[in-house]
Amino acid sequence: MPDNPYLPYPVRIQQIITETEDRNLKTFKLGFLNKDDEEQFKYIPGQFCELSMAGKGEIPIGIASSPTEKGFLLFTVNKTGVATKYLHNMDEGGIIGVRGPLGNWFPWKEMEGKNVLVIGGGFAFTTLRSSIVYMLHPENRNRFRDITLVYGARSPGLLLYRKELAEWEKRNDIHVHITVDATDDPDWPYNVGFVPAVTEQKIKTSENSYALVCGPPIMIKFTQPVLEKVGFEPERIIMSLEMRMKCGIGICGRCNIGDKYVCKDGPVFSLAQLNELPKEY
Amino acid sequence: MKTKTIKKKDIASFLDTLLTRYEVFAPVERDERVVFEAIGAGSEATLDYQNTTMPPKGILFPQTEQLFSYRSTKDTADIAVPSFKEKPQLIFGIRPCDARSFLLFDHAFDGDPYYINRRGNTLLVSIGCTHPQAPCFCTSVGGGPFSEEGSDLLLIETGDQYLIQIVTDRGAQLLEESGFKDAGKDALTLAQKMIKTAEASMGAGIEIDGLKEKLDSSFENPIWQELTEKCLGCGVCTYLCPTCHCFDMVDEAEGSTGERIRIWDSCQFPLFTLQASGVNPRPTVKERFRQRIMHKFSYMIESYNQIGCVGCGRCITECPVNLDIRQVVHTISKLEALS
Repeated sequence: MPDNPYLPYPVRIQQIITETEDRNLKTFKLGFLNKDDEEQFKYIPGQFCELSMAGKGEIPIGIASSPTEKGFLLFTVNKTGVATKYLHNMDEGGIIGVRGPLGNWFPWKEMEGKNVLVIGGGFAFTTLRSSIVYMLHPENRNRFRDITLVYGARSPGLLLYRKELAEWEKRNDIHVHITVDATDDPDWPYNVGFVPAVTEQKIKTSENSYALVCGPPIMIKFTQPVLEKVGFEPERIIMSLEMRMKCGIGICGRCNIGDKYVCKDGPVFSLAQLNELPKEY
Repeated sequence: MKTKTIKKKDIASFLDTLLTRYEVFAPVERDERVVFEAIGAGSEATLDYQNTTMPPKGILFPQTEQLFSYRSTKDTADIAVPSFKEKPQLIFGIRPCDARSFLLFDHAFDGDPYYINRRGNTLLVSIGCTHPQAPCFCTSVGGGPFSEEGSDLLLIETGDQYLIQIVTDRGAQLLEESGFKDAGKDALTLAQKMIKTAEASMGAGIEIDGLKEKLDSSFENPIWQELTEKCLGCGVCTYLCPTCHCFDMVDEAEGSTGERIRIWDSCQFPLFTLQASGVNPRPTVKERFRQRIMHKFSYMIESYNQIGCVGCGRCITECPVNLDIRQVVHTISKLEALS
């Protein structure tokens, strides 16, 4: 972070990838304008940034790239409001700002030597992509034991990063379970069913394991009991929360749950931590 | 502690001396209210006031403030940060409750260069409250009508003069070459009497003992619905609160140039927490009002080990529906535990 945490780094949009068939999700590949900024920007999977569009404001978005990928940052953005709509309409080559990295990260130290189960739903898969790319990197793969992914979306066309999913599917150092709620494609090669059901079907043990869970509230609500049933302790069920944010550094006051600020003390919390907080999220 | 005295009639000329070195903010009368403003001459300041309608928090945390301006072209993005004001400033006549509020701000704005620079550049000369008002309850939240916490100098009214308590080294420097006399025994005795009388005149306020635990265990209590039914959600309590520090950040742009500014915001407004997805974790007045109380009497204690309220009473005086924070807190503290 620079001395003044409110100042964004200027970045150029190198590439825009439309991720979903409804065209509501695009991935923005960003490159730093200044070499010094790039060197100063050190992040860990699970963190987020404020993307800054001049005249439109800022939006908090999880970092989808992995620090093992050099020379660019990836952000996958859902078109929802004024700033995201503006960003979606920008062209490659355009300049925006990035402020961060912000927040905490997934518990990488604690997860060393453990099995890691990654569960994602819909477009809440961005920092999970970062995590998988990070773990699969040759430098890191030996630090973790079995890696298992359960990822689902409403339909095949709404899955993010489909090319990478297909590549991971072919590897033998990660177990991949892709699922959709429904499809009319008779040749769909993967699972059909909701994420909690597929998790229940595929995941039989919690031994020596951590679970990273990101998805819509309804998915989390029904996945939690499945994980608890196979013995995941609340300390080892890890989630990333969303909240309206502005400053991103725990000052402006809006993203708190109890005495914790999601921007600064989160966005990553264990279920055990969340159980200690008021149910106001 | 070192003490000096100053005659009331010499205050204006003392301020004139300070004005040669400092930008001085002092209470002045404006449209039948008293507000803190930068003064040009010592005679502009009024000493005849109980407290200002607005706390002086805006001097360190302006209601609107430019964070930076920018100019962008297709290939460049230039950002300019406004320069910090070099001239030191001084708030004269701040009340002890408001001076204490900046100690909370010091925690809340940790890491914020705009606040930190201004704070380091600002001295606080407070005047104790000889006549605490009915809504005042500073004594029950750790302060007092003559609390020196947060102040550099504290003035205590004793007849036709003030006793000056020198609280910090920076405060002592203000009096160098002033020629003010050391306080005599009579002045000290009289000051003690004034303090005692003022403290004794204060109402019961609120019971802090066990309050945090009670609040933490009553988060889901249906009493919050009842307590907040008449709240309009206007947010005046937060705007006038010397410890409320929440802000919004917005862009004002014209073509390729613009500025990012921050503006006071309020947890009492629905948009404060409304997410782009449509989810709002604090969807009704009940949750928003509860947030305000919890933040001050539970969360800030958890985070900073300090109560987030200085007992200035502004939220009581100015609430359009007479919601009294003391009564709210009292009701909660008397709740039976929910089984």
